[in-house]
Order: sequence, then C-alpha cells, then structure tokens
Amino acid sequence: MTTHLNTPLGDEVLDLNAGDRVTLSGMVYTARDEAHLRMQEEGFPFDPKGAVIYHCGPVISGETVVAAGPTTSARMNALTGFLLDAGVRALIGKGGMNADVAGLLRGRAVYLAFTGGCAALAASRMNVRGVWFEDLGMPEAVWALELDHLPLTVGMDAHGHDLFGDVTERAQAEFVRMFPK
Amino acid sequence: MHTVTEQQLCQAVSDATKRALAIAETHLPDDVTAALQAAYASEKNPVARAELGAILENIALAEETNRPICQDTGVPVIFITLPRKIPLTAAIEEGVRDGVARATASIPLRPNVVSPMTRANSGTNCGEGMPIVHISPGDTFTLTALPKGAGSENVSRIAMLLPSRVDDIRRFVVETALEAGGRPCPPVILGVGIGGTFDRAALLAKEALLEPINDMDPFEQQICDDVNRLGIGPMGLGGATTCLAVKVKQAGCHTASLPVAVNIQCWAARRATVEVVL
Ligand code: SF4
Repeated sequence: MTTHLNTPLGDEVLDLNAGDRVTLSGMVYTARDEAHLRMQEEGFPFDPKGAVIYHCGPVISGETVVAAGPTTSARMNALTGFLLDAGVRALIGKGGMNADVAGLLRGRAVYLAFTGGCAALAASRMNVRGVWFEDLGMPEAVWALELDHLPLTVGMDAHGHDLFGDVTERAQAEFVRMFPK
Repeated sequence: MHTVTEQQLCQAVSDATKRALAIAETHLPDDVTAALQAAYASEKNPVARAELGAILENIALAEETNRPICQDTGVPVIFITLPRKIPLTAAIEEGVRDGVARATASIPLRPNVVSPMTRANSGTNCGEGMPIVHISPGDTFTLTALPKGAGSENVSRIAMLLPSRVDDIRRFVVETALEAGGRPCPPVILGVGIGGTFDRAALLAKEALLEPINDMDPFEQQICDDVNRLGIGPMGLGGATTCLAVKVKQAGCHTASLPVAVNIQCWAARRATVEVVL
C-alpha cells in the first residue's frame, strides 16, 4: 500500500513505518553540505515548519529540471540537528543516515529514500519554483522544487526503526555464516 | 586504399566519441535492461520491487526524452580497437579529448573532471591524462565509451592475496560487496580481475565490465549467488537483488603473487560501442 503525502507535513509522518511506500507532492527544498552550513549561519530562506529537505544537487537549465537524483545523505549526518529543531519533518536522500540522526528523528520526522541514479524520473516529477544562495553554485544552491507524486520508501521512521541498519546487520551476519574464520 | 590524414583521423575519432557517449548516457545496453527486468519479475520483497520499478521507469524516461540516465554522468573511459592499417598516432587521443569536450557541451554532461589536488574543474571532462584511453589491436575500428560514476568507483577494491589462498578470492569479492552496501546504487555488476600485476588486475576488472552480462560461468555464478545471499537489495533497502552479474577476467601472474581487483558498477551500467567511420 502506498500513502500519499502533501507538504507542509505534520503529525501524519509519525504514522509511517520503515519500509512503507509513499508518494510526496508539494514543495521541497534541496540542500547539500554547503547549503546546510549557510542556513545554520544565516537562517532559513523558507519556513522550516513542516518542510522537507531533499539531499540533491540538481542540474537546472532555465526553469527546467534536467536531472535531480538524490545525493549520499551520510555527508549531512552532523549537519541535520538544527533542521529538525526548526520543525523540518522529512529528509529525502539516498543511502540512509547514522544512528545519531535516527535518534534525532524520534517522535518528529522521517527519512525518505529516493532511488539512487533515477535522475530522469525525478526530473519528470518536479518543477522549479525558486532558488536561494545561487552564489554557492548550481548543485549547492537551495532550490525550491514542487513535486508531483515522487515515489519514495520510508528508510528511517520516527520510532527509531532504520531499514538500512537492519539490512546491514543481516548482511554482516550472513557473511560470517558464509565465510567463518 | 586512400591514406588517412592526421586531421581526418582526429575528426573521425572525435565524432565516434561524441556518438558513443550520447548513446551510452541515455540508453542502457539491452542486456542490462533485460537483467533488471528479470530481477523485477522475480523479486518478492515489495520495497525491492518498487525500487527496481523506479529504475525501469527511469530508464524508459531517459530513452524517451533523450536525457542522461543518471545525474552523475561519470568520467569517460574509452576503449578503442585499431585495425593494422590505421596508424597509431597522437591524433587518436586528441580526437577522443575533442569528442569528450563536445559531448560535455551538447548532451550535456555534468563536468566532473577536476585536478586531483587543487580540485579545479576543467569544465570539459578532460584533464591531465583524462579521459582514459585504452587502445588494442582489432579487426575493425571501433570505439567504446564506458562512463563511470563515482558512487560505484569509490567502493571498488584491490588486494594482493596470498598465492596459497586461492579460495580467498571469493571471500574478498563478497566482502567488497558487503562493505559497499547500498552506496554503489545496487543492484550492481562486479568486474573482477585476477592475476597479472597490481595495475593489470585493476584494468582486467574494468575490462570485465565491458562484457555482456547475459551469461556467467559457474565460478562467476557462484560469487553472484553469494553476494545476493547478503540480502542488501536495491539501494541497500533489502531484497534478493543485490548483484545482477559477476564477470571475471584473468591473466598470468608471478608465482609469489595473487592480485585481485573488484571494480563495482552500479545499475546504471552505461556502455556503448560505435564504429569509427573514416
Ligand atoms: S552510483 Fe551509479 S546510479 Fe548511483 S548516482 Fe552514481 S552513477 Fe548514478
């Protein structure tokens, strides 16, 4: 079953469980390392209450999204706390985040995985609505993108469950069974 | 036969490079798409199925709209086969550089190539010693483009194993896939180079990625099954599909050495071969 979500998000994210499929519509804001640092220093250019952050460095041509697949979220592990404190309700990216972030998500927000490399699919489901911090360069700027039913998987939920962590643990156990030392 | 001028040769190689890259970046090879479709059909885990479904939809969309399959359009690795009658001159590498720069502007490709220490971006996907060009003798004049993304290249590994422990090869390859986890955008293809020297093993692993993936020998199949037993699944979210294929290439080596290299390739296994038309 797929749950449909619209931004801004509220307490409905608390009902999601790791492994659920969702589609997301409405505004999201891209941010990579540099944009996180800038927002930490200067504050948010958008309202962070119920907002969704997308770990993505898009290729934009004029008003058109050419490619906008997710980037590796783990790079933002240490930069995520202030977003959640300000009311951000979901993070989108690939590869998952660490146990610290899993703890920070508890009771307030979720991590949504978007299929890595799916740049053409992403581009077909989003439109450019604005941009800030363009001096950081195209991939590092904060882009307001309006999504239309972007398909996502709940990778980490608000109850401490982490699908990536579970999969890694099982894979390690299986490896030891296959190749006992 | 008319003699080819340096300029004609450079132009022909440049055109072929641009054409091969344009095809590779927007159209996944049929054998790779077929393997992804087969995985989608057999996968029982709903999350894994959805991830594979998104990948297949993305491939179809890229083809339809002539857009790059992935936003990481990679660094171009070029393989050329050269018939005896074509002179091996600097014009060939010049042609590749020109073709890569033109393809970068026209497709367009993300400018990924930087100087390794200053990290200054050339903007053209060319740089000192880049793109990488491998030339070998052949019956026909062909050019293959293999754009390689960073996500899967970064988790590739090489080891100098103990020659007395040939059984450890399997373990090393599976361990490489385990440590890579979801980072190389699985399902992956593993190119494995065994033997040669330190550098040759890595090249063999890269060359193995040029092979079609629709058949595997028993050794390759066994490693592939082992990796799939890890259950990492598409994007590291779990499932039966972690590895689409393993391809192995070997070379003779020193009696005291056993080099093994694993070059990981993500599902966006882009490669295209065209004829160089003179
Ligand atoms: S690993 Fe492959 S599919 Fe994933 S982002 Fe890099 S190039 Fe694209």
